[in-house]
Amino acid sequence: MKRPVGIVGVGQTHHKSKNTDCNGQELISIAVKRALENAELTMADIDAIVIGNMDHFESINYVDMWSVDGSGGFMKPIMKVTTGGTTGSAIGHAGFYHAASGLFDTVLVIGWEQNSESDTTAAISTCFDPITEREYSAGAIGPLAAQYIAYMSKYGATEEDAALVSVRDHNNAALYNDYAHLRQVIKVEDVMKSAYISYPIKLLDICPRTDGACAVIFASERKAKKITKRPAWILGVGDCHILVHLADGIGLASLPSLEIAARQAYEMAGITDPFNQIDVAELYIPASTAGVAWMEALKLCEEGGGPRLVRSGVTNMGGKLPVNPSGGVLATNPIGATGLLRIGEAALQVMGKAGKKQVAGAQVAVATGFGGCFWSDVTVLSSLSRLD
Amino acid sequence: MEKVGIIGVAQTKYQRYNPSSHAELAYEVTARALEDAGLTIDDIDNTVTVCNDFWDGRTISSMAITEATGSHKSPTTNVEGDGTYGALMGLMRILSGLHEITLVVAQSKVSEGIPSVITNAMFDPVYERMLGLDAINSSALQMRSYMYTYGVNEEQCAKVSVKNHRNAKANPYAHLPMDITVEDVLKSRVLADPIKLLDTSPISDGACAIIMARESTAKKKHRKPVWIKGVGHCADAYHLGDRDLAEVDALVSAAQRAYDMAGITRPLKQIHVAEIYDAFSYMELMWMEGLGFCERGKAGAMVDSGSTEMNGILPVNPSGGVLSAHAVQVAGLARIAEAVLQLRGEAGDRQIDGTRVALAHGIEGACGQGQCVFILGK
Amino acid sequence: MEQGKEDLKPLSVAYIADMTYKYHAGHYYSRFLRELRDNRLIAGVKCPKCGKVYVPPRIVCRDCFVRMEEFVPVSQEGTLLAFTVTNFHYIDTTTGEPKKIPFTTAFIKLDGADSNIVHRLDETDEKKIKAGMRLRAVFSNNRTGDYFHDIDHFSIVKDM
Repeated sequence: MKRPVGIVGVGQTHHKSKNTDCNGQELISIAVKRALENAELTMADIDAIVIGNMDHFESINYVDMWSVDGSGGFMKPIMKVTTGGTTGSAIGHAGFYHAASGLFDTVLVIGWEQNSESDTTAAISTCFDPITEREYSAGAIGPLAAQYIAYMSKYGATEEDAALVSVRDHNNAALYNDYAHLRQVIKVEDVMKSAYISYPIKLLDICPRTDGACAVIFASERKAKKITKRPAWILGVGDCHILVHLADGIGLASLPSLEIAARQAYEMAGITDPFNQIDVAELYIPASTAGVAWMEALKLCEEGGGPRLVRSGVTNMGGKLPVNPSGGVLATNPIGATGLLRIGEAALQVMGKAGKKQVAGAQVAVATGFGGCFWSDVTVLSSLSRLD
Repeated sequence: MEKVGIIGVAQTKYQRYNPSSHAELAYEVTARALEDAGLTIDDIDNTVTVCNDFWDGRTISSMAITEATGSHKSPTTNVEGDGTYGALMGLMRILSGLHEITLVVAQSKVSEGIPSVITNAMFDPVYERMLGLDAINSSALQMRSYMYTYGVNEEQCAKVSVKNHRNAKANPYAHLPMDITVEDVLKSRVLADPIKLLDTSPISDGACAIIMARESTAKKKHRKPVWIKGVGHCADAYHLGDRDLAEVDALVSAAQRAYDMAGITRPLKQIHVAEIYDAFSYMELMWMEGLGFCERGKAGAMVDSGSTEMNGILPVNPSGGVLSAHAVQVAGLARIAEAVLQLRGEAGDRQIDGTRVALAHGIEGACGQGQCVFILGK
Repeated sequence: MEQGKEDLKPLSVAYIADMTYKYHAGHYYSRFLRELRDNRLIAGVKCPKCGKVYVPPRIVCRDCFVRMEEFVPVSQEGTLLAFTVTNFHYIDTTTGEPKKIPFTTAFIKLDGADSNIVHRLDETDEKKIKAGMRLRAVFSNNRTGDYFHDIDHFSIVKDM
């Protein structure tokens, strides 16, 4: 890496279903203040800002300009990046590039969403082509459901396998994450008894929609080392936005874009044996079914090995490769922030600052983002500046 | 800053209604940019698209043009802001050392939506939106404020419009090449006082793409790379009432950053051509002052004396500027593309001879709250 | 300034805007829609380099990145790749009204096509639907150049 970049601070709001006690600007400022506190910095130390959300959830155009009061960006360089569900990880990568370019030393990245302000599914539906897709494409859930039907039919995975993922993530949030939106201890039976939203995805299989914000501070090497003893170095980044037409992603049981993005990030980071080299994973799992079907794309198991991996308990807290100690997307989903939360939570892990969620001795973490037309972003972080 | 060169540019003809879909438009400009650079899509190792959900009427608007721009073939991201910001992201991705050649594509079909509703959505939903503010009437506030504070008058603004529409006659891409007079502008229909129809940019559909590469690749792959010498961006306060609309603080800051990087200390002398984002005629004057081409309040005099004409000491907007073609989000990238053509000596009938350093500029948000400045050189 | 106890409840401001868009279908969709309307044909476009046929037709081949120009008809029958029955409420952004539920989204590979389409299956009982089933397009009689109207739905082809 020409100019190493590390994460030096993370902040987030206490995520809620409906944040009526603050407006969007105030929500953003809470996350920003907490990130600055976490890094022991002030706004004066920030050289540039990147912000992201999905426009139609709050119906505000030019959010980069609107958010200045909340982001502290008055008279600072500000840019907006938005790529749908992957926005959170895309802005994380954008912040990384700002610092890695050498043009800016300390970059504040903000992801946020007040999903309660609109009809989430209606807004998401507008991503589909108005002429050939939109009429019968119900938001994000339908395509995910259809994909798991293909996975079940190909590998014999079951709804119970997906339920295990839901139980893991929900319980992690309940036990370890004070910021999470949904904090409920559940059992497989609870998931299986919950109503079908979009067969085979049931109510307890799907992510909520959340109001929340997350802020992550990236810094160039020379600054990062001055700010904190243990930055979370960004060792690898990969982005793969592979499809346009929704239907072309169906019939594919796993997630090709995740495989490609992971390959890019792993290569950059020097990860050759993901299952053994990665200590903790914060994965963008929007529906429990994805937590079964997508693991092989990250090369954490063999093809069709999702059920085996999940049933083995290895991805639970205390297992060899804990997934989503924060509870992940199933517990908290402010869409513009969700991908950034994965990066932020992974950073806290390798910085040793994850509190109750901490996986002991975590040195290497992977964070993923998902959204759009089956798109993926992958980030590899470590407390080590190199893996070789 | 290491040298990064622009080795390919392309624009589509800007027009009121382009019957192509977003994907078709984006493919057309991508294919042309690749041709201009002498590359294939496989040479591109990362892409930046510039799409806005409101203007495109679609959430995740970049999804519509992913395949058409080849973005599915390499790491990609989407900047939602003026095209100059997209170019900046493309630049940073190369400077990181992780990528070699970036394709940046901006497109918009303003004809598909209702601009007043779309720009009304820029304003705060709790305090401002219900006033019916949009891009035009908010800019009218700024024009009035600028004229009042700095003594510029409507005739001087009108001269900008006359100049730019006339310049556009030499630009095959321009939407509105026209021969008009100052009187035509002053007599044209008032949209929001003091902004009149002929003070205003049109609604244009169009796209622009540029390809940039790190120094070694640029030199190897292209006979005439144009180097990015400096760049800066900055945002002012948001609520209109939190700003003095006649002031240009954010632009001064953005320009200073770009000038420092490029070693520009005397803009008027050292810059040979300026492509400035004149969404309205008065804006060209305000931004000229913010860019340091003259003191505050003196841009009107510069226009009066003909200094910014094609044969003047500082030609401004030889392309015809945004007043002659305004595909939103594209127009800033188009300013960069035009500057590149000038520096290559390939600007045809609008060529300004002897161009060695050019400035390209973009704005973002209401009344130029956000500003982005590029300095390019041979 | 004093604040009374009732003033503590947070307020919200409603924003309802008619954001109308007239999307240009573009050259490729226009041809697709005209073939549906006038000739009751489902048109795809073929890549000159790899021979893949894309439905709905589009300008560039995803793999070869070349412009496609040859339109070819594809079959009105195909295979159901995957499906889902949507059963939750949301607003239809085209009409502003609540969407009529339940409806079954079908992802279909028509015979002769190399890419897949989205449409509606007229069966909404998931126990009666299986990936791999054969489907057939059911056209409307008064076609208008609207994909979701001109093909009203797809039906499962019953074994004889």
